[in-house]
Amino acid sequence: MKHKKAKKYGMVINLDKCTGCGSCMVACMAENNVPFRKDESDKLLSITWMRVYKLTNGKPFPNTDICYLPRPCMHCEGQHEGHSPCVTVCPAVATDYNIETGIVSQIYTRCFGCRYCMASCPYKARYFNWWDPVWPDGMEKYLSPNVSPRMRGVVEKCSFCFHRYQMAKEKAFMEGRRKLKEDEYQTACTQACPAGAITFGDLNNPNHAVYRMVKPDPKHHGRPTNPNAFRLLERLGTNPKVYYLSSREWVRRVGDNYLKNESIAKKTVHQG
Amino acid sequence: MSALDNNAKEIAEDAGGEELATSSPEINQKEQDNRSAGPVILFFIIGLFASLILGWIIFPKLLYSKKKQPIDFNHVLHVAEVEDGCESCHFFREDGTYSGVPKLEQCIDCHEEIQGDSPDEIKFVEEYVSKGREVPWLIYSRQPDCVFFSHAAHVKGAGMDCVTCHGHIGESESLKIYEENRITGYSRDIWGKSIGGFKKNTWDRMKMDDCAECHREKTANIERTDVKTPTNRLIDHLIDMVYPGTSKSGKGGSIQTERDACFVCHK
Repeated sequence: MKHKKAKKYGMVINLDKCTGCGSCMVACMAENNVPFRKDESDKLLSITWMRVYKLTNGKPFPNTDICYLPRPCMHCEGQHEGHSPCVTVCPAVATDYNIETGIVSQIYTRCFGCRYCMASCPYKARYFNWWDPVWPDGMEKYLSPNVSPRMRGVVEKCSFCFHRYQMAKEKAFMEGRRKLKEDEYQTACTQACPAGAITFGDLNNPNHAVYRMVKPDPKHHGRPTNPNAFRLLERLGTNPKVYYLSSREWVRRVGDNYLKNESIAKKTVHQG
Repeated sequence: MSALDNNAKEIAEDAGGEELATSSPEINQKEQDNRSAGPVILFFIIGLFASLILGWIIFPKLLYSKKKQPIDFNHVLHVAEVEDGCESCHFFREDGTYSGVPKLEQCIDCHEEIQGDSPDEIKFVEEYVSKGREVPWLIYSRQPDCVFFSHAAHVKGAGMDCVTCHGHIGESESLKIYEENRITGYSRDIWGKSIGGFKKNTWDRMKMDDCAECHREKTANIERTDVKTPTNRLIDHLIDMVYPGTSKSGKGGSIQTERDACFVCHK
């Protein structure tokens, strides 16, 4: 266990590949026992750990272009490790930053539902359970036994399918290993994406695809050095571990609130 | 005047108030004290013992319902028959998950037909095996739904033996009575036999405190140099200033608690 190299799990989503089909949302809900209601028309109240947004460039035909942007929890690292917006405000120690994996956790049994974390999350990745989950008859038999269902009055969010990490580790223990292979721990959305737009892996490991795709700059909190890669609200300093790739400039501009004449290339370097 | 005397006076007045009211107050008081102190103290002592008995003996008895296992099981007999000890029946699957209490499928391997003359085995074969019904075993160590425990990490990863948490169940000749907490629905093995929460052996209780106790001891010596929290960095820095090169880094994966993260077991 000595000199264990800490992992930093992250995700890269190629927006040029995303077709907006929503498979990731469905896979996520099924994998994580995300509750739903009979009437889901009020989207402000529905819970979606992974949500696909539709972006448009706002130009008239024939220059109209659209892009779909899947948004899981960003698992922000913050200005220093664990300085995620939600973790620092939680009064109940219900949400935590794991230094070994870089995953922001949510402990439902500790959460008392003050929703301070929801207010602090700039990505709206956190959801509140206004009701106890009610499953259609017989569906409770299809729930995943690896994730506990949440009760009314607690906040929940994407966990990067942390239970899958633990299951992969269990398998590794059986085989007498401590290290995980890249393909052993993958989130449900990554595996479900038919277009292969989502890539998941360890951002600290140069052999992993996510590292090679974005080439995070460790001196600037993992800011991508790939010119096509960007993070949402980069200049806020939350330093998310979810990266987006797009060859279209207008898509990259949507990632943060750039002024009309401002160029993205001149990104302000956020000092830690 | 102490509170006790005050009480005593009031009780005495209640008892013989009319008679006492006629005589002078000072003499009265002395007489009262002499007469009533004994019974009152006795009353309190009896009360104390009654509540102790109620709280420590009667309440625990009322709190736990006693249930018998559907059929009795002799661990000694079975351990002698099998080759791999506990893991012969309570085995790990290839993917690292743990099978827990054996299903009928495993028992059928040997018990398709009655082998001995034990009434429990006859009952088992007749009622469950031949009808293909699973035995509704009562599980002593069943944890709440929000607890996720990895047997593989402890047994295969850390090399622990079953006895550390489960005790010498493998040496029992019959299954003990299953006691269920009427309020929480959990087995008594979680809280432990002692209602006061005292324990002599590591397997006496299965509460989170017991997990934490072992984890504190076992992880105290582990240095994780790559893992540093802001607070630990500051502490390291301060220690380094006073005693250069002796600082230790964070002991666990959690930023919030600087110990093991809650997420490992609760999710």
